Amino acid sequence: MTEQAAPPADTSAADTSAPAAAVPPILALQGAGYRYHRGGLALDDVSLSIAAGESVGLVGESGAGKTTALRLLLGLDAPSSGAVLFDGEPLNRRDTAQIRRFRSSVQAVFQDPYSSLDPRQRIDRIVSEPLRSLGIASGREAAEQAASALESVGLDADVLRRYPHEFSGGQRQRIAIARAVVCKPRLLLADEPVSALDMSTRIQVIDLLQGLRDRTGLALVMVSHDLGAVASLCERTVVLRGGRVVEAGPTPQLLHAPAEEYTRALIAAVPRLPRV
Amino acid sequence: MSLLRIDRLSISSASAAPDARPLVDELYLSLEAGARLGLIGESGSGKSLTSLAITGLLPSGLAGSGSITLNGVEVIGADERVLQPLRGPVASIVFQEPLTALDPLMRVGRQVAGPIRRHRGLRGGALDTAVRAALDEVALPDLDRMLRAYPHEISGGQRQRVAIAIALASRPALLIADEPTTALDVTVQAEVLALLNRLVAEREMALLFISHDLAVVSSMVDEVVVLSNGVAVERGPVARVLSAPEHEYTRRLVASARALDNALEAL
Repeated sequence: MTEQAAPPADTSAADTSAPAAAVPPILALQGAGYRYHRGGLALDDVSLSIAAGESVGLVGESGAGKTTALRLLLGLDAPSSGAVLFDGEPLNRRDTAQIRRFRSSVQAVFQDPYSSLDPRQRIDRIVSEPLRSLGIASGREAAEQAASALESVGLDADVLRRYPHEFSGGQRQRIAIARAVVCKPRLLLADEPVSALDMSTRIQVIDLLQGLRDRTGLALVMVSHDLGAVASLCERTVVLRGGRVVEAGPTPQLLHAPAEEYTRALIAAVPRLPRV
Repeated sequence: MSLLRIDRLSISSASAAPDARPLVDELYLSLEAGARLGLIGESGSGKSLTSLAITGLLPSGLAGSGSITLNGVEVIGADERVLQPLRGPVASIVFQEPLTALDPLMRVGRQVAGPIRRHRGLRGGALDTAVRAALDEVALPDLDRMLRAYPHEISGGQRQRVAIAIALASRPALLIADEPTTALDVTVQAEVLALLNRLVAEREMALLFISHDLAVVSSMVDEVVVLSNGVAVERGPVARVLSAPEHEYTRRLVASARALDNALEAL
């Protein structure tokens, strides 16, 4: 994996990348910029990549460009400069065959499980939707895969016939994760997946994501303002500010020996529990 | 006489079945002048309803029973003539979301001036000076711009500072801070917490600090009450609650917070 704040190139960030790129990363931003219609620059020359099995945290405060970066990685917006690469190829939103491969490989979980689940659909429809829309499975086969995805997030098959409003926030986020992993993607993009949850359920959802990664080798990009959540899940961390990469590197190194003043301030501002 | 005394407070929905569990269930707490207390709870715990009940602001459709006294004056069942003089000089609230707490159509200067005029009777030049002093006290920069700005024209942290200035304008004996930094970025949160800490100490106010975040609460208060589903399940010094939680719910809450905290440490 390589990230760089460009210019100047940050060579130290390239140190742990996979041996000579025979296999391209699953997803990469290459000098990506994004400009609003009115001219404001939301993202400025950002490069980062996610190889199979990796976990990367994108951290920063409001306006840092976290969500814009995620929208580009998800193919929801096209970069105004630079490129998004999927399996080494530029992502082209008009190439329906590529987009189909992309959607079955890269799935997303969003912040608010109260708005990300259709309130009028039963859980079985919600969780099996990617299978049907991607033409992977339908009917009984889709139902079986949905049940197995729900089991993988710790929910019983008896939730299948129920509606989202019957579940708590933590359970809803489990359902959203089940929907994201039902088509066995290689990469999960998670936008603040625990920020809307109560403290006592946050760690359960983090453990669930870690368990999924351990069992399936799922790669993860997590956007979060919560450094504790990122430190729990992500091997590498990219710090964004004002649309640019401030610093990137292995999470332990970044937390304990941040090179940039801004990273230091961000870490220092995290409220900590008193030692016991 | 306690500044705030809550005795067997229950809050129920008027439309709920008679046997339904109340939203707040027989809560007791008291706060002396100048003291600080943390109210810890998650969504649905009843912590925000409690803060609204203290100032007689429960939404219609909800009914409180039991007793809440502010400076000895009963709040439950009191009418507006009794409540109005309590709001402001006795108890003031800072809410979680400053964008909805402030009037979007009114300039910041006028919003701060309102309570100062009402409670301190200032007019004209003296009022202008007091408004500037109030904004200066919450460390807002560029006062000339701030006074004329509408809430959408300033940052989230600045809006919350304005909300704090408004809450403090009436010189309350008790400040209720209901998740005052949850909507803010982490570096801004640190600044606003430091500001609250300083102002509460300088003015010797009592503080009821409401939050789901154990780390934030422990930086502001020494004593806490833990609310779960409307019931106070545990109370005591924050250090003891964090190191040896007794109730099963508190144990789960502390373990989760501790796990996230340790992730920043252990690696």
